[in-house]
Formats: sequence, C-alpha cells, structure tokens
Amino acid sequence: MPRMRQFSTAALVLTGSFAVAAGQAAYAAEGGLPQLDLTRFPPQLFWLAVTFLLLYLLMSKLALPQVSDILRSREEKIAGDLSQADQLNREADAALKGYEQALAEARAKATEIAAQTRATIQADADARQAEAEARLSAQAAEAEASIRATRDQALSQVREIATDTAVAVVARLLGTQPDGASIDQAVGEELSRRGVK
Amino acid sequence: MAAGHNPLEQFQIKTLLPIEAGGYDISFTNSSVFMVTTVAVITLFMLAGAKKKALVPGRWQSMVEMSYEAIAGMIRDTVGSGGKKYFPFIFSLFMFVLIANLSGMVPYTFTVTSHIAVTFALAAVVFLGVTIIGFAKHGLGYLKLFAPSGVPLPVLFLLVPIEIISYLMRPISLSVRLFANMMAGHVMLKVFAGFVISLGAVLVPLGIFPLAFMVALTGLEVLVAVLQAYIFSILTCIYLNDAIHLH
Repeated sequence: MPRMRQFSTAALVLTGSFAVAAGQAAYAAEGGLPQLDLTRFPPQLFWLAVTFLLLYLLMSKLALPQVSDILRSREEKIAGDLSQADQLNREADAALKGYEQALAEARAKATEIAAQTRATIQADADARQAEAEARLSAQAAEAEASIRATRDQALSQVREIATDTAVAVVARLLGTQPDGASIDQAVGEELSRRGVK
Repeated sequence: MAAGHNPLEQFQIKTLLPIEAGGYDISFTNSSVFMVTTVAVITLFMLAGAKKKALVPGRWQSMVEMSYEAIAGMIRDTVGSGGKKYFPFIFSLFMFVLIANLSGMVPYTFTVTSHIAVTFALAAVVFLGVTIIGFAKHGLGYLKLFAPSGVPLPVLFLLVPIEIISYLMRPISLSVRLFANMMAGHVMLKVFAGFVISLGAVLVPLGIFPLAFMVALTGLEVLVAVLQAYIFSILTCIYLNDAIHLH
C-alpha cells in the first residue's frame, strides 16, 4: 500500500523529527535511503572538494579583498574627513584667537597713544605754566627789586632832605648858619629812633 | 503510486555525465550541478555586488558588505584577532552552506547539504583543521583541552573520557545536525505536498489546509536554512577558539 507507506513515513518524520530515524525506516521500506548509498559518495566528495576549493580561492583571492578594500577606503575617507574637519576647526580657532589678539593689541595701542597724547599735552601745559610762572616771578622779583631800589633810594635821601630842611629851618629861625655836621647827627639820631635807616 | 510521490525521491543522486578516474566514480551528478551553481551564485553575488566600489553602497553592495561584516564580526566575537586568517575559510563555509540550503528551497532543485556525505566532509575538514591548528599552536599542551584546570583528580577520571568523547563527536554532531535538518524539512514539505494531492482528490477544498501549512512550513524552512548555516559556522568558530585559546 503505497499511500500507507507514505503516511507511515510522514508520521515517523513528524513524530520523531529526527531525519535519520525516518530515513532508516524508509531505507528498510523503500530499499535504500539515497543518503546512505555508499556508491554515491565518491562523486559527491570529489565535486565538493573541487567546488569548495574553487569557492575558497575565489573568495580569499578575489571577492573578500575587494570588499575589505571598499570598507578600508570608506574608513579612511571618514577618518580623513574627520581629521580635515578637525584641522579646519583648529584653523578657525587660531584665526579667532589671532583676531582677538589683534583687537587686544589695537586696544592697548590706542590706550598707549591716548596716554602719550595726554602726557604730551600735560607736559606742554606744565612747561607753559612753568614758563609763565617763571616769567611772572621774574617780573615780580624785578618789580620788587625796583621797588626796593626806589625805596632805598628814597630812604637814603630822607636824611639828606631832613638835614637840608633842618638847616634851612634853623637858619631861618635863628638867622645864623648852623653847624651842618651836628644837625646831620641829630637828624640821624632822630631817624634811627623812629626806626628809619 | 508514482515514483515522484516518494518523499525520498528528491534525494536521489542521478549521474548526468559519467566520469571515472583511477577506479573512482567521479561522475557529474545533479548534486554536482548544484554545488557548481552554489559557487557560481556566491561568486556572482560577491563580485558583482562589490564591483562599483561605491563609497555610499547601494542595496546589493550593502548586502555584500553585511555578509562580510557579519562573518568578520562573528569571528572577532568568538575567536578574537587570532581568527583573522581563517576568515576566508569560514566565510566560504558559511556562504556555501547558506546558499546550498537556500537554493534547495527552490522547487525542482537538489539540496546539496541534505546529504551526509557532503555535510560530514565539511565537518571533517573543520574537525581535522581545528585539531591540526590546536596541536601546531600548543603541541601536546593541546591535550589540556580534555582536562580543565581546577578540577579535582577523582573527577578527572570521569571528565577526561567525557571530554574526549564529546570532542570526537564534534564532526558527527556538526554534520548530522545540518543534514538532518535539511532532509527533515524537505521530507516534510514533500509529505504535505502529497497531502494536498490526496486530500484534494477526496474533496478539492480540503487540499487548502495542507497547502496553507506548506506555505508556513516554507517560511520556517527558509529560517532553518539560514539558521543552520549560521550554526555550522559559529560552531566552527567556537572549535577554532578552543584550538587557539584552549578554552
């Protein structure tokens, strides 16, 4: 009964699910599981050896190096791009730093110039003030000197005038010519008593 | 019942071009056709997808890069930098199993990985390679893999045989897992396809139920195809990690 045989085979496979068991049952039933036919081993082994060796050679010499080339070049490209981006980033940083430095330098220079200008102006003003002060003090000194000279002159003439006046007054009052030397002495005493030189 | 209704019929290996060399039968069979197809599809996918070498990848190139980075990441995570030189092998292994599994999902195709001869050969290459790498790296020190440090002596008498057996079972579990998954999935699909016919013969609308189940099953099988390729390659990575770093 072929159908029954088919069912029994199926049942064995389904319940046992271990193909060898099923195969052996079928081997007995059908007169040979094709997998266990030893006469068919040599051609399978020969062609397996030939094809698998060919596959190994094709893969190891041709296909796999190609794929690893692709993967490596991609990795290198990514690494290169990343390092380039890094480089550009660093350059931008350097440029920013340079700009900031230039700005700081310019600011420092401006401050310096301002300070210098202020110092120059100050020095100029100081010089002019000093000059003016010197001139003024010189004028003042000159004026003082001239005043002192005038006063000294005046004071030196006071005794003479006073003596002359005293001589004239005495001469008028007494009608005689007084002794000029004694009058001069008396005037000198009187003047020194009053605090005039 | 017609021969085409036998669920094991699809695993039959048919000679297309008989070749014999040194007494061995190395005929070009339907299995060979799909091995060649698998290699051609992978090569086309990888070379044509990466041809443009675009800086910003298109859809196809993205898929190529994703497959590359998925396997590279898997090796990096499980093995570390020491696994780099095995990348082409593990990549080839993953792609071969994946495309062989997936191309088997196309109707009328042959699933290369549904044969124990193929999966065991792949697992044996992994097993031998890992063992050779382990001994080349650590000399006899590689045997320490069977005796984890910090285990008391009496336990070692029990543990060492278990570790050795589990190590020797690696190629078997690795190959049977893939082969059994692929075969079981295809047998199930075929059986349900048979149900569609037999139930449909009773009453046409009844055939819809197994058909709907087949649609769901096909989705599941695509998942299994991808998952098994992933499991096969990640286990290879884990074994490789053992060989390089001794746990």
